[in-house]
Amino acid sequence: MLYSIGKDSSVLLHLARKAFWPAAPPFPLLHIDTTWKFREMIAFRDRAAAEAGVELRVHTNEDGLREGVNPFDHGSERYTDVMKTVALRQALDEGGYDIIFVGARRDEEKSRAKERVFSLRDAAHQWDPKAQRPEPWNLYNTRLAPGESLRVSPLSNWTEADVWRYIRAEEIPIVPLYYAAERSVVERDGRWIMVDDDRMPLLPGEEPQRRRIRFRTVGCYPLTAAVESDADTLDAVIAETLAADRSEREGRLIDHDRDGSMEVKKKQGYF
Amino acid sequence: MAPAPPPTPPPTLRFVLCGSVDDGKSTVIGRLLYDCRQVFSDELRRVERDSARHGTQGKATDFALLVDGLRDEREQGITIDVAYRSFETPRRRFLVADAPGHEQYTRNMATGASTADLAVVLVDARRGVLPQTARHTRIAALFGVRHAVLAVNKMDLVEWDRDVFEAIRVAWRALAGEIRLAAVEAIPVSALTGANLTRNGTSAPWYDGPTLLAHLETVDVEGAGADRPFRMPVQYVNRPHSDFRGYCGRVAAGAVAVGDAVRISPAGTESRVESIIVGEGTRDRAARGDSVTLTLAPDVDVTRGDVVADADAPAEAADQFQARLVWMHDEPLAVGRRYTLKLHSREVGAAVTRIRHRLDVSNGHELAAPVLRLNDLGTVNLATDRPVPFAPFDESRELGGFILIDPATNATAAAGTIVFPLMRAANVKWQHLDVSKDVRSRLKLQRAQCVWLTGMSASGKSTIANLLDRRLTIEGRHTYLLDGDNVRHGLCRDLGFTEADRVENIRRVAEVARLMVDAGLIVIVAFISPFRSERDYARGLFEPGDFVEVFVDASLEACAERDPKGLYAKALRGEIRNFTGVDSPYERPEHPDLRLDTEKLSPEECVERLTDKLDREFPAPHAPVTEDR
Ligand SMILES: Nc1nc2c(ncn2[C@@H]2O[C@H](COP(=O)(O)OP(=O)(O)OP(=O)(O)O)[C@@H](O)[C@H]2O)c(=O)[nH]1
Ligand SMILES: [Mg+2]
Repeated sequence: MLYSIGKDSSVLLHLARKAFWPAAPPFPLLHIDTTWKFREMIAFRDRAAAEAGVELRVHTNEDGLREGVNPFDHGSERYTDVMKTVALRQALDEGGYDIIFVGARRDEEKSRAKERVFSLRDAAHQWDPKAQRPEPWNLYNTRLAPGESLRVSPLSNWTEADVWRYIRAEEIPIVPLYYAAERSVVERDGRWIMVDDDRMPLLPGEEPQRRRIRFRTVGCYPLTAAVESDADTLDAVIAETLAADRSEREGRLIDHDRDGSMEVKKKQGYF
Repeated sequence: MAPAPPPTPPPTLRFVLCGSVDDGKSTVIGRLLYDCRQVFSDELRRVERDSARHGTQGKATDFALLVDGLRDEREQGITIDVAYRSFETPRRRFLVADAPGHEQYTRNMATGASTADLAVVLVDARRGVLPQTARHTRIAALFGVRHAVLAVNKMDLVEWDRDVFEAIRVAWRALAGEIRLAAVEAIPVSALTGANLTRNGTSAPWYDGPTLLAHLETVDVEGAGADRPFRMPVQYVNRPHSDFRGYCGRVAAGAVAVGDAVRISPAGTESRVESIIVGEGTRDRAARGDSVTLTLAPDVDVTRGDVVADADAPAEAADQFQARLVWMHDEPLAVGRRYTLKLHSREVGAAVTRIRHRLDVSNGHELAAPVLRLNDLGTVNLATDRPVPFAPFDESRELGGFILIDPATNATAAAGTIVFPLMRAANVKWQHLDVSKDVRSRLKLQRAQCVWLTGMSASGKSTIANLLDRRLTIEGRHTYLLDGDNVRHGLCRDLGFTEADRVENIRRVAEVARLMVDAGLIVIVAFISPFRSERDYARGLFEPGDFVEVFVDASLEACAERDPKGLYAKALRGEIRNFTGVDSPYERPEHPDLRLDTEKLSPEECVERLTDKLDREFPAPHAPVTEDR
């Protein structure tokens, strides 16, 4: 199971634990660590895996690390390609997984709305949107040729509202970054970016300041924009999220690089 | 934007938008989402930008671009695959599937329709009910959609002419009536202006019915079935340690409570529900739609694909069915070819034994058909290798809907629905039980078996088959030899060399061989049988060990040189078409039971090896049978 530490991953892991209880889920969690995740995420990840009693596999693209690829000097697009896309492919090739659970939802993005629950990937992990298998009822064809794999998205038809309602109903723990707190941020290109550690180079004139902020989606801290907020309880977060005028992807800096970029990334084996 | 939804979601209605290409399905959905204020501002900005580039409405926002999420779709202005979108009003949560209208993508439309409670059938006011409209409506009905509503779109282009609307409504009523859909509403709309989608507007004062949204919010789609007997197909057996054994699945029908008596199908064993587990807690009761883990006491043998059912009304099991199919594969359906059938959580080998008819989608006529092709709808007889627990599709989508997987390509070749079981075959089989194959073959002091010789023309099959037949007969065995060339004169005289005929040819020979084995004989088949799938099909008819595949191997050069009938010479000159080894492939067996290299071994040596193998691995019974219980 691809575990990204976000709220959707938390829900997915919770569902897996429920489904297999009293056994632990019979598959490992895989986290692609770019080394630029929020520190709170890493702490949460280790706790969640231990509590679920599942093996946690963490993969980092060592080549990228050695070359020092980072979001500041190399640009978000190249950084994402090296530390996420290539890293994911490396991890999947290494593990030889034939089924990969992911927490993707169709309401996240319009090319994802087109994807099957069981999404076939070729040996290079690529998605071919024009050759999807028919998927009538809940009957999934899981036959694979050597090298092929399936990305399985059990949350396909959930909405962001569904995810939050379920988190509340089942009291599922989530990373505290979703709750408002005073955090150290800088304003960059009109967005609040959290200064999570001292690796972040400050531009001339940038001065870290304390603000009450929270995140609608969590990822690599230099590429994830915060919103100013006072929502520090689950109910307040839910009310605020559901009344939002912008999509949750708005906070992910890599997603609006160009038109159809998600589809292109998926064809390359990302997500 | 939208007011915050309530803490518990309102009930969900799943619907599909279908109809012919360009009738405006994607535009209607985009518009519904927009008018229900379910589009984020950044999403809308992107669509406005795309509209300027790819839009079909000049500079105005092209709402279809909200759902046509693939690049090719935006560039070509058509939908290729289904998009799923969710939206919510205070009364209902909706999950809508936007189906592609183009005939080429019918199987994608079928995917979208299969999970829908209701179909919104769209027509273009200028074009009315088209054959593709009828095809989509029929497919939706076939896949279990019982409710439909007609939306006559682009009314702005016919000046909201009431007569146009009424004429289409009448044609639609006729179609819906024939298919037996509960379809009362017909609504005139314009996706362009939004009229009658979420608000009535002033364009059609003569229309006083509900808007499309109001209809979707209030239509009652609860089918009968809540009170049906309990059924749960087992997806997974959970065994973390030796004192726990749980059966996981989703309740497909009815309800179950702790203490209820259950019967496992197809085995027929009985037990009681000891506990119902959901996550870390237990419950007293579970009903249709709940995903649960059951423990049973006493513990009986249950595996994935079994159905746990009410003991007083257990699930039926059968191995012969009448079924409806939507063919989804580029390669046509051939009678007798082997597929893997997946029904709820069970997979089993299966073959279509007869195509009863193909449906003409425009008028509902049933036509005789030798094959079903991509996007054809048809009714067939279907046989599975083993009995499978099921329910007719009309009673249960979960237990009556299936897919066929082509084992050669892994493609999902068809989606189908069980109409009813054909009990005939089962009855006949029961009568056979008294005098079984074992009894018959032991009386002959032999092991009944089919020895299947495959190999190219002139590889030596017939020579070896004849020698083997003589040798066994001299030893006092009861045999019969079926030779590919000879059956062409009688049993298969009516068959030519088309794909469908070849499959039928193999089916007949394999079936006759199986009957003879059942009669206790050793049957030697000498048959080129160049395709793996055909040989696998033949093997599938026999019990394990009763089918011995012998690969009579010689290179093409050797065969062409022997050429006793002069066939290779003719084929190489182009006078014979589809000749195996020359312009049609011979698929070498990957794991034959025995390979005989006739370039190295004499025919006598081949027979020696063959009889050695049969004696060693399949010894004949020693004593005549006295009691067979
Ligand atoms: N005038 C007018 N044009 C419309 C209306 N609804 C849709 N259109 C136009 O009709 C064309 C086709 O619309 P789509 O929504 O892409 O049609 P579709 O049914 O989704 O087509 P496929 O998915 O490819 O089958 C586009 O140019 C729309 O702008 C309408 O009510 N009035
Ligand atoms: Mg469309």
